Amino acid sequence: MAQMNMIEAIRSALDIVMDKDPNVVVLGEDVGYFGGVFRCTDGLQRKYGEYRVIDAPIAEGGIIGAAIGMGLNGLRPVAEIQFADYIYPGFDQVVSELARIRYRSCGEFFSPVTIRTPCGGGIRGGQTHSQSPEAIFAHVSGIKTVMPSNPYDAKGLLIASIESDDPVLFFEPKRIYNGPFDGDPEKPAVGWTSHPKGDVPEGHYTVPLGKAEIVREGSELTIVTYGTLVHVAVAAAEATGVDAEVVDVRSISPLDVDTLAESVTKTGRCIVAHEATRFGGYGAELAARIQKECFWHLEAPIGRIAGWDTPYPHAFEWQYFPGKKRMIAGIRSMMEIE
Amino acid sequence: MANKKSRLHIPRPTARPGDKPDFSYLELSEAGSVDKPSINARTRDIEFLSSGLVRILDDEHRAVGPWKPDLDPAKLQVALRWMLLNRHFDKRMWQIQRQGRISFYMEAAGEEAVSIGAAMALRAGDMCFPSYRNQGLFMYRGVKLVDMMCQCLSNTRDMCKGRQLPIMYHSRGGNVFSISGNLATQYPQAVGWAMASAIKGEDHIAASWLGDGSTAEADFHHALTFAAVYQAPAILNVVNNQWAISTFQGTAGGERRPFAARGLGLGIPGIRVDGNDLLAVYAVTLWAADRARRGGGPTLIENVTYRGGAHSTSDDPSKYRPKDEWAAFPLGDPIERLKQHLIVEGHWSEKKHEVLEEELKAEVHAAWKEAQQYGTMTEGPFLDPSTMFDDVYAETPRHLESQRRRLREVESGNGNGGTS
Repeated sequence: MAQMNMIEAIRSALDIVMDKDPNVVVLGEDVGYFGGVFRCTDGLQRKYGEYRVIDAPIAEGGIIGAAIGMGLNGLRPVAEIQFADYIYPGFDQVVSELARIRYRSCGEFFSPVTIRTPCGGGIRGGQTHSQSPEAIFAHVSGIKTVMPSNPYDAKGLLIASIESDDPVLFFEPKRIYNGPFDGDPEKPAVGWTSHPKGDVPEGHYTVPLGKAEIVREGSELTIVTYGTLVHVAVAAAEATGVDAEVVDVRSISPLDVDTLAESVTKTGRCIVAHEATRFGGYGAELAARIQKECFWHLEAPIGRIAGWDTPYPHAFEWQYFPGKKRMIAGIRSMMEIE
Repeated sequence: MANKKSRLHIPRPTARPGDKPDFSYLELSEAGSVDKPSINARTRDIEFLSSGLVRILDDEHRAVGPWKPDLDPAKLQVALRWMLLNRHFDKRMWQIQRQGRISFYMEAAGEEAVSIGAAMALRAGDMCFPSYRNQGLFMYRGVKLVDMMCQCLSNTRDMCKGRQLPIMYHSRGGNVFSISGNLATQYPQAVGWAMASAIKGEDHIAASWLGDGSTAEADFHHALTFAAVYQAPAILNVVNNQWAISTFQGTAGGERRPFAARGLGLGIPGIRVDGNDLLAVYAVTLWAADRARRGGGPTLIENVTYRGGAHSTSDDPSKYRPKDEWAAFPLGDPIERLKQHLIVEGHWSEKKHEVLEEELKAEVHAAWKEAQQYGTMTEGPFLDPSTMFDDVYAETPRHLESQRRRLREVESGNGNGGTS
């Protein structure tokens, strides 16, 4: 075991798969010589060379399109899109191509591309460096969508993603790259060293795609969430004294409905929470599925806590971010429903 | 330049329905007049290739000039056969669509040399990323007519299992990628495939095709940038058939400089070639392939041709262009030109041509008879609709298995499929 933050865990995952499989290549803006603006690929080009860690032109559609072609020719590309907010020029290549190549060719062709991209707010990034577009991709059949909430899962899920023959959209909540964040911006930042999920095996392991995890057990309420808000939910549950269970979805698509349904069947109350905007968001899918599975066990309507339905405002980041205060208020109001 | 105000330029074609066809805008070179540089030439030294027009067959149907390829008469007869097969296959499929027996079709009439000439110059291990009028590539690379027909019928032998519009073929064995239906997306993919080939130290190259209209897509520019930056071993073909549905090539930006010149700013050599001259298409493709295989990077080839038919069976070109425009096209018909060349050279005759045409018609007819045995749109056997859940992922996840069960319940009347 080693102490790793999320950046180190992601780098370790890339190092391990690149060492094991010469077909794994990394491409993206600033990923090579410099090692990425968030340092996730630092040192990889020195170790694996310029043919396998490739600095790309600023053209996300080109990066994803070229990665698809590389995948069709036997490579296993890991494309980095520098910010999830920048992914849209490559959207057509993801939705119309990457997601459907296996389907439209009946399995004759496939391209096992993993797209890594930092998402989410909390770093003063304004509306173009803070978005969480996971729902947009979860809506697309043919790709898998993942968002880890800690270093251990980040490494295990990333290895599983790269080794998967399916394309994977791998969202990295950048607010928690360096440490868990409980949603209170007034408190000093903490590192991963004091968190059990900062203990990361140095070797190869996987966390399976399609499996949620219960990160806090409880009996009165289930909070279903993922990414940064996992830590906010745990902190808020502790602050309220409500015996809340917190489920980390981890794999947004395919979704592990069973773990969610089991929890809500037990607790009878459920909040779904995400940082992205609410309307048409992924929380609606979670709520609908849980409602269908657990209707006769529900003691209150399922509640949603999400980003407001506005762009991410720079100056009002902490009013926008569904932080500890909103989560606490949400938990309390959910428990007041008779 | 005396205008005192800015002015919006609206590109307009030279002729609309009722007008006399006018190809005066098309700059032509004499056959044999464009130099053939070394494959090692620097882009800046061969810019003339993007503004001239490489032509080999002259007005007397002789092959002339430095680009004249080393193709013996037997090979040219084979080329003629493939182009004719493409033409007759298309004619038959068009009729079949008009009879309501397939939903949609696209013919390549007038553009057959673009696919066949290039296919002959490439090696089997080279990967093709086609557009929707490249059926000739599939034929040349071994896809059987009956299999192409079954795809168009979405029947039980459909390679796409009913998931794709007619003509969206693919061939893993023939190294021809699946046709998308979205435009230009295959271009950066071809470049990525070529980059991978170089990364792996192989000498296979990638070739891709798109239309003049699609050069306006961002993917075209992404592909050119990546190909230039990494010197990817790729041949990027623009098939300038003058029309993108009703939109003439000027609206894609072809009025001032040829499409072949689009790569010059990036240092990619461009070749403008007579796309209706099979020998010329073959020769420039071979040149670009040799250059790419020896580390010279990508080449952009503009195939100047004419879309002889409608865009698709859903289109009516009489609404937007003169009916007799194809007949007036100065580069003629690629099949007629190769035929006349072989006749002039003493390797072909009208009689042999007639016999070949009858043979090919019979081949297409036999394929159609066979294809229908695997099902038509109205007569079974039919595909099992529950196969629609296969191949979405490498392994079918639980939620799709559950939806498959519900579909079967609804289709069979056993249970109502429920809601979810």
